[in-house]
Amino acid sequence: PPRRKQPRRAGWRARGRTRTVRSNLLPPPSAEDSVAGATKGERLQRLGCVQHVADNRLKTTKYTLLSFLPKNLFEQFHRLANVYFVFIALLNFVPAVNAFQPGLALAPVLFILAVTAFKDLWEDYSRYRSDHEINHLGCLVFSREEKKYVNRFWKEIHVGDFVRLRCNEIIPADILLLSSSDPDGLCHIETANLDGETNLKRRQVVRGFSELVSEFNPLTFTSVIECEKPNNDLTRFRGCIIHDNGKKAGLYKENLLLRGCTIRNTEAVVGIVIYAGHETKALLNNSGPRYKRSQLERQMNCDVLWCVLLLVCMSLFSAVGHGLWMQRYQDKKALFDVPESDGSSLSPVTAAVYSFLTMIIVLQVLIPISLYVSIEIVKVCQVYFINQDIELYDEETDSQLQCRALNITEDLGQIQYIFSDKTGTLTENKMVFRRCTVSGIEYSHDANAQRLARYQEADSEEEEVPRGGSSQRGSIGSHQSIRILHRSQSTKSYWRTGSRKTLGSLLDPTHHVYPFSPQEKDITPDPKLLEKVNECDKYLAISRHQEHPLAQLSPELSDVFDFFIALTICNTVVVTSPDQPRQKASHGVPPRAHDALALLRSPSVVSLPEGEHGSLPFRELLSGLRKMQQGASHRERLGQPTPAIASNGYSSPADSWEPEYPQEPQPKQELRFEAESPDEAALVYAAKAYNCALVDRLHDQVSVELPHLGRLTFELLHTLGFDSIRKRMSVVIRHPLTDEINVYTKGADSVVMDLLLPYDARGQHQNKIRSKTQNYLNLYAMEGLRTLCIAKRVLSKEEYACWLQSHLEAESSVDNREELLFQSAIRLETNLHLLGATGIEDRLQDGVPETITKLRQAGLQIWVLTGDKQETAINIAYACKLLDHDEEVITLNAESQEACAALLDQCLHHVQSRGSYTPEKTESCVNVGFSSLYLASATSTVSGPSPSLVIDGRSLAYALDKNLEDKFLFLAKQCRSVLCCRSTPLQKSMVVKLVRSKLKAMTLAIGDGANDVSMIQVADVGVGISGQEGMQAVMASDFAVPRFRYLERLLIVHGHWCYSRLANMVLYFFYKNTMFVGLLFWFQFYCGFSASAMIDQWYLIFFNLLFSSLPQLVTGVLDKNVPAHVLLLKPQLYKSGQNREEYRPRAFWLNMVDAAFQSLICFFIPYLAYYDSDVDMFTWGTPITAIALFTFLLHLGIETKTWTWLNWTACVFSIFLFFTVALIYNASCATCYPPSNPYWTMQALLGDPVFYLICLIAPITALLPRWVLEFVSDFSTHTAAILLPKDQQGAQHSGHKCTIERGHRAGGPGGSGPRVLQTRRGCFGSMS
Amino acid sequence: MAMNYNAKDEVDGGPPGAPGGTTKTRRPDNTAFKQQRLPAWQPFLTAGTVLPTFFIIGLIFIPIGIGIFVTSNNIREIEGNVFMYYGLSNFYQNHRRYVKSRDDSQLNGDRSALLNPSKECEPYRRNEDKPIAPCGAIANSMFNDTLELFLVANESDPTLTLIPLKRKGIAWWTDKNVKFRNPPGTESLKERFKDTTNPVNWLKPVYELDPEDEDNNGFINEDFIVWMRTAALPTFRKLYRLIERKNDLHPTLPAGRYYLNITYNYPVHSFDGRKRMILSTVSWMGGKNPFLGIAYITIGSISFLLGVVLLVINHKYRNSNNTADITI
Repeated sequence: PPRRKQPRRAGWRARGRTRTVRSNLLPPPSAEDSVAGATKGERLQRLGCVQHVADNRLKTTKYTLLSFLPKNLFEQFHRLANVYFVFIALLNFVPAVNAFQPGLALAPVLFILAVTAFKDLWEDYSRYRSDHEINHLGCLVFSREEKKYVNRFWKEIHVGDFVRLRCNEIIPADILLLSSSDPDGLCHIETANLDGETNLKRRQVVRGFSELVSEFNPLTFTSVIECEKPNNDLTRFRGCIIHDNGKKAGLYKENLLLRGCTIRNTEAVVGIVIYAGHETKALLNNSGPRYKRSQLERQMNCDVLWCVLLLVCMSLFSAVGHGLWMQRYQDKKALFDVPESDGSSLSPVTAAVYSFLTMIIVLQVLIPISLYVSIEIVKVCQVYFINQDIELYDEETDSQLQCRALNITEDLGQIQYIFSDKTGTLTENKMVFRRCTVSGIEYSHDANAQRLARYQEADSEEEEVPRGGSSQRGSIGSHQSIRILHRSQSTKSYWRTGSRKTLGSLLDPTHHVYPFSPQEKDITPDPKLLEKVNECDKYLAISRHQEHPLAQLSPELSDVFDFFIALTICNTVVVTSPDQPRQKASHGVPPRAHDALALLRSPSVVSLPEGEHGSLPFRELLSGLRKMQQGASHRERLGQPTPAIASNGYSSPADSWEPEYPQEPQPKQELRFEAESPDEAALVYAAKAYNCALVDRLHDQVSVELPHLGRLTFELLHTLGFDSIRKRMSVVIRHPLTDEINVYTKGADSVVMDLLLPYDARGQHQNKIRSKTQNYLNLYAMEGLRTLCIAKRVLSKEEYACWLQSHLEAESSVDNREELLFQSAIRLETNLHLLGATGIEDRLQDGVPETITKLRQAGLQIWVLTGDKQETAINIAYACKLLDHDEEVITLNAESQEACAALLDQCLHHVQSRGSYTPEKTESCVNVGFSSLYLASATSTVSGPSPSLVIDGRSLAYALDKNLEDKFLFLAKQCRSVLCCRSTPLQKSMVVKLVRSKLKAMTLAIGDGANDVSMIQVADVGVGISGQEGMQAVMASDFAVPRFRYLERLLIVHGHWCYSRLANMVLYFFYKNTMFVGLLFWFQFYCGFSASAMIDQWYLIFFNLLFSSLPQLVTGVLDKNVPAHVLLLKPQLYKSGQNREEYRPRAFWLNMVDAAFQSLICFFIPYLAYYDSDVDMFTWGTPITAIALFTFLLHLGIETKTWTWLNWTACVFSIFLFFTVALIYNASCATCYPPSNPYWTMQALLGDPVFYLICLIAPITALLPRWVLEFVSDFSTHTAAILLPKDQQGAQHSGHKCTIERGHRAGGPGGSGPRVLQTRRGCFGSMS
Repeated sequence: MAMNYNAKDEVDGGPPGAPGGTTKTRRPDNTAFKQQRLPAWQPFLTAGTVLPTFFIIGLIFIPIGIGIFVTSNNIREIEGNVFMYYGLSNFYQNHRRYVKSRDDSQLNGDRSALLNPSKECEPYRRNEDKPIAPCGAIANSMFNDTLELFLVANESDPTLTLIPLKRKGIAWWTDKNVKFRNPPGTESLKERFKDTTNPVNWLKPVYELDPEDEDNNGFINEDFIVWMRTAALPTFRKLYRLIERKNDLHPTLPAGRYYLNITYNYPVHSFDGRKRMILSTVSWMGGKNPFLGIAYITIGSISFLLGVVLLVINHKYRNSNNTADITI
């Protein structure tokens, strides 16, 4: 076989992680003679040994009917508490130590296990139902027997099957695209179900199959596919297809249709299944729900261990006591001493051991069996209320806050550090074209700015966005209306119900077509610039048929023209019009052939003789190259010109397109641009405002319409897509007017500026333009605008040919294709000619500055981690009040590791010494220190109370080094806010990880884009903004908010509440159990430590579970220790959660002491009241139980700050339940409940006045101390919160608080003005 | 095309509704419950509610305490029915193994349980291959001293008048009539208990506990029933007899010298125990116990005092700082 000859260079193959896929229709190679009419079963059997036959069945259920019980129990016993309780229950079966009736003792633990099992079962059943639904979807699979496509269920699809998919169908498995109805072998898919992005992605038929003239016939498919083993990387697929003749072709992710995506704009496609079922990338990516353990839960587990210790101590104490007691009375043959059944008496030691075990059983209540279940219930309810909060509902996007992680609600109340993304999180990520500079001349677009200001005023009304084109659909022909239906409504809603769980797309994807608001679409052109554009347009319209039409233009106008052409075509924006499906229609004649026909027919071909001839030799050259490169049969993937279509670019729109496309969008019709990033769309809309409208984009051509010039169709030779390393994108086009090969590049200014033509003496003008542009760029950055540079390069034919050769090599390389393509792009994007630059405004979201101020006051430290450039980031930071003009900004830009270390030392020294120096002194000292060492790279100005730190990506990389991270953290801790610019996603997550692990702080990461995902996952609490950049951040997050400003309420109100509620509930749980156990323990002193219990075993076992559980749940869910408006008004109240004030070890132990005290009271009041009376054990024990219940309720009453009718109901219900159960229980059977046999006890008690008297006095006495304490402390803390001076509220680190403030005051208020300037100068100083 | 459309319908199901406008929003309901705005009462937060509570507690508790105290102290007067108790101290009737050592079914007259008592009764379950009735350690350790009370007529005349002691009416009605029953049958008690033997410590069989009164014999003997109700604490008393008041004009037990005759059967020295005989009347709240009264008075006073102290503190605080009056 030819495969063996291949050098095994590539990593994915060298490691042997490959899979081989053959057509299922072929007889297996080993059994050529097998019968043609083999049944399906036989076929499967045969294939089973030949190749991996995974079917497409989806199974996300954990259990089967048989395996449910053992498997679920096994899982539940992973929780240590369950093991403990079962152990104790089983201990009851040992007669020597049993305390309760064995069956009864099992009841609570069985109840808890059953509740959990039922919950699991229910979840599993809903998974099963959704699996079943998805497994039984239909699709067309080629049948060998019937020689045609037949309908099969999804679950019946196997690897190697041929599947035919039609428009808007969902792809059932990962399929290699072999044939498409599209004449270019393309297929569009929508990946919203996978990543939430709604812009269509283009997929390409495997090379070698696209040019088949007849329809693809699966029976003739004999090639073998070799590809990677299933993996979860959505962005990568590598493999090769080996044809019969030994020829090989590479396979890339452009060839693969992923399960869960939807076919769009393509009538039908056929492909072979490569990965099926659980091997598909979609399912491998679906890692299931996240489980995080909250901070509070960890602390609670620690306290549970304390309880265990306490339990053991009590039992030990009791055991020793019993041993001694036995020793005392045994010899004396006391009447009450019961010997063993054989008449012998127990040795004191044995008795002590038995007593120990029995005590453990009796006192087991100390470990709260229902604690975990109760906490889960409370958290679910808390999540419900957070979800329901109308204040967190966003009118504009019709979305509310979503809690995706159910078990970390209380962490929201303890956050100390917030790590925020900038773009899309603090800002709208709705890009609005604001200003531009072309050829060194700035166009300020003042009208635009004014209009924006107006929009901001009348915000909410204007933001009603027309979504889709549904309203304008009426007037169009039926043929197309069907297509529009497909496009605009599609099958999204279906997927929402069907496969939400399997594919992880939890949000309604219909909301994520960028809802461009009027701001973005309506751009008021700058009159001067508009005039220039018009001039160009008119001129070119006249001179278009001349030999060098552009040569006649002045360099400036030429630049203007190129600038707008670049804005229009240097992107990946796809045009749709509401009336027109975004599709190249598949008319009877394939467009290429029809193009050629049109050319032949059209007289205008004759009018362009130069172009035609001029390009001929070049075309021959190209085809020669290609033949060299590939086998003759392969046509190019990305639509490189072939002789048949090379003339396409010369056709003028007016004559060649009009007759064939009667529905061509008219200029007056509204066009919709679908862009991968909002920046692109903003630029295209901007160009459109200057009458330079993008009207059509196909994979090999772009059409631009100008008022006078008409439609210009650019032949799109290559698109070098944007990547975050190059930070730019380029298109290579053939200019229809000049027939030149042009490269248009658009990218970050820092990158593009370095790629410009080198300085030389002759380019004086260019140099001037360049420095002017740089100045304007700085100005834009200072205004917080996002800057992009537009540049152009004219390639000579030879240059292009040369580059093309290497590029084709790179493209066709099988192994390290990506890297070669990257190199190839870098070779092309040099020696650029600067056209101009744009400033795009990314407006701050509503309420961001206010939110940040509030969060600051709440003691949260906010770090902004952004990929943006330093100047933009700093200015946004000023705008959103993250940086204050009064405060000092330490800028850390280091060029090397050593420099960074030295800088850090300097800064540390500076920060630490600031308390002892006056500000003036410090300033000079620092400046000297810095300038002597790294004047260019580091600047610092002193201006305010606590410094802020700005660090760029490169320095961050150094600072995150093992040696420096401690210093960096220490410095960052001193700073009020930290701004990390130019940071990569990995760095973002490293910073979060560092703070989390080293400072042991609670961290929250908030972001909206894919680049924030790693950070969101690393943080204790991840918050995703369901904004403009798809759903990836939301999918990774624990909470999804529609806007940044909702964070304030989420943390300050709900976080505070959740933490406070849960902390109090957990404390109450511990209190309750300790107090209850205390009662039993004191009794041991009066029963010879014999582990006897005066409380009936039924009460003992069900007390926690039934009688006293509901009120605390209600309080845990509903209590508000401080109302929402006060929390919002006084954000500093949030600090109580940060400092864990409500649940700290001291609170725990105080609670335990209180519990001990209360149990003493509740034991000894009945003891003394019934001392030396004829009361029997259970007639005495029942009032104690009742007292305990009343005490618990009263205690809860004191702890509950807000009493609603629900609290009352729960309390009344608890009391009612206790007495009802007791009365029924005590009347039900005279002899059934040994040993207590409580017949008629409760009834008798109700007739005894002493019962009422002790029930009244004991709870009140027990709670008197707590009541007084609570009253006094409440009184003082609330007063203190009100009185807390405002300037102390922001300061986080108490140790430095005083000195900082002192320094600030010494510095005086006057210096803020000049210092601002200094800060800014500092920024630029580091750049130039 | 038509096929495509069908395919879509098949998957989509519902009508292709317009995406905007008419669809229902996800806006949460603005109800008091869902928005956590239920009307709430904050009872324990403000001085306005807490301080009066202290005073009210004080004002209620002190009179109750005085009432109880007076009632309890009045018990001294031996008027009305007098209860005769025997008291034991250091006797652990609440010991775990002791409490369990009984068979309620047997005591309820269950025939099979009578002949085959519960395992819980071990080692007092069988004696010489005969089932013990009543079985178990509790029954075995039954108090069996006999107390007789005589009134000495006067100093000179040592004539002893036996005071009539009522044997019945000392046990709970439900115990006597529901929980404890003799084995069913019409023959004599002795016949009904014929295959059983008496507990090892007992001097006489169960059917001879009160040979004079058929209704107080066997398992339904009230002395036995009272004993079987195990005491809560190691120092306890149990009702022994009732001395009924005969004449409204005279006290039940007039002042004078009395003579107590004890038939001593019950050993308590072995476990350092003590025996007592108590004569007492009862009030509406049971026997004499000054504790509750004192407790109520004490707690009432403390509460009152706290109220005053807190009032003073609160008053001072308020004066020094007006912003303390916050409404939250």
